[in-house]
Amino acid sequence: MTRRVVITGAGTVNALGGDVPATLAAMRAGRGAIGAIDLPDLDRLSIRIGAQVPHWDAAARFDLRSLALYDRCTQFALTAAQEAVARAGLTGPLGPRAGVIMGTAAGGIQTWEDNYRAVFQDGKSRVHPLTVPKLMSNAAAAHLAMAYGLTGPALTVATACAASNHAIGLAFQMLRAGIADVMLTGGAEAMLCFGGIKAWEGLRVLSPDGCRPFSRSRNGMVMGEGAGVFVLEDRDHALARGAEIWAEVAGFAMTADASDIVMPSQDGAARALAGALADAGLSAKDVGYINAHGTGTAANDRTETAAIRAVFGDHADRLAVSSTKAMHGHLIGATGAVELLAVVMALRDGILAPTINHDGGDADCDLDVVPNAARQADVAAALSNAFAFGGMNAVLALRRA
Amino acid sequence: MDTTTKVIEILAAQALRDPATIGPQDTLATLGLDSLGLVEVIFALEEAFDIAIPFNANDPGDSGFDISSVAGLIGAVEGLLGQKAA
Repeated sequence: MTRRVVITGAGTVNALGGDVPATLAAMRAGRGAIGAIDLPDLDRLSIRIGAQVPHWDAAARFDLRSLALYDRCTQFALTAAQEAVARAGLTGPLGPRAGVIMGTAAGGIQTWEDNYRAVFQDGKSRVHPLTVPKLMSNAAAAHLAMAYGLTGPALTVATACAASNHAIGLAFQMLRAGIADVMLTGGAEAMLCFGGIKAWEGLRVLSPDGCRPFSRSRNGMVMGEGAGVFVLEDRDHALARGAEIWAEVAGFAMTADASDIVMPSQDGAARALAGALADAGLSAKDVGYINAHGTGTAANDRTETAAIRAVFGDHADRLAVSSTKAMHGHLIGATGAVELLAVVMALRDGILAPTINHDGGDADCDLDVVPNAARQADVAAALSNAFAFGGMNAVLALRRA
Repeated sequence: MDTTTKVIEILAAQALRDPATIGPQDTLATLGLDSLGLVEVIFALEEAFDIAIPFNANDPGDSGFDISSVAGLIGAVEGLLGQKAA
């Protein structure tokens, strides 16, 4: 008998809101959080918009000793995890049958940046002694393990913009395989800093004026930041303790394009979509909603649309496909985790999050993208797409609880 | 070194070609430069001439910067140098 895996809790901090209810309320309202950003040396950036977590006061949230160890990325992860564990009704220590898998692309990039600045620009000869454990990409997962006594599997995956989906997918596979009973999983990212934006700027794929997925006028992605953490749990374990079940994680597939380092491939994406359906035992017609990767770049949105059409055939015109990145920005390694909240909202609450800023269809992006306004729908199964640089694709399949 | 020579030198370095084999009628395609190669060329031009090139990879044809041929690139760089001098 195959073990089934369910979501019993979630937490987030992102530009839309400081927790799950605030984030879902913003998604329902179609409220975007992209705007002018506030950073040191902003005048030396050519891209000056993003989805920044507003009024983040780390000193008010964490004590001084902890802050010496917590990059902004770890701060976001711990904040999201605290909400997720509380909503799941769990208390630590959760022990050897519990673990954590987090995704991130840039880890503690702000810490790298601050310390390079200190030694290269300011001429300092030494950096803070805890710089290494603060910047390491597995820091967030480590602090989650310590905070909740997760002594089973603990690791971080770094697959760029698909990192969260890979993390959640691996956690799902471990639970299904009986390796653990409870997993905290998701992603955290704080790349919306001077060096992070400067690096993305160089690639010439950022929009200077807004994120408009699937619109003819789209001209690039807009960066965001934050974290999303889910409690995934063996279904019997959850039922035995009377936990509220938000949705079931039913399948997962990952593929590699093995072709270009940045250009997406229709074939790689389509194989991941079809693989997730097969793993979940779903047929195409069962799916009512897809949370798209939908970055708002010319190449992604066109390729993703073609991949969905290739897998779903006629049913592609009967399902809804939205990109919530127009609201919360592209959270890079954390994006799949925040986007999974929109999938949960579709399955649990029957509300489809919109693709906002939609200002005119593109013949190459002719799906029902839920333009500009949320709407109600009866969704029994849904997919969440993530297609990363490096040609690494990860698609999750979920079912209504 | 004049603008034309420098632009061709930058293209030659990216395309792994002898500069003498590159002419004004060449295009990114005839030089075998893909989208990443183009982004590297634009970076090299910005560094070499100390200019900021308005280019968005999402819409290369609508960036106000002519990338249709080597001659177009040279003209576009000269235009930006003229703006800088003005």
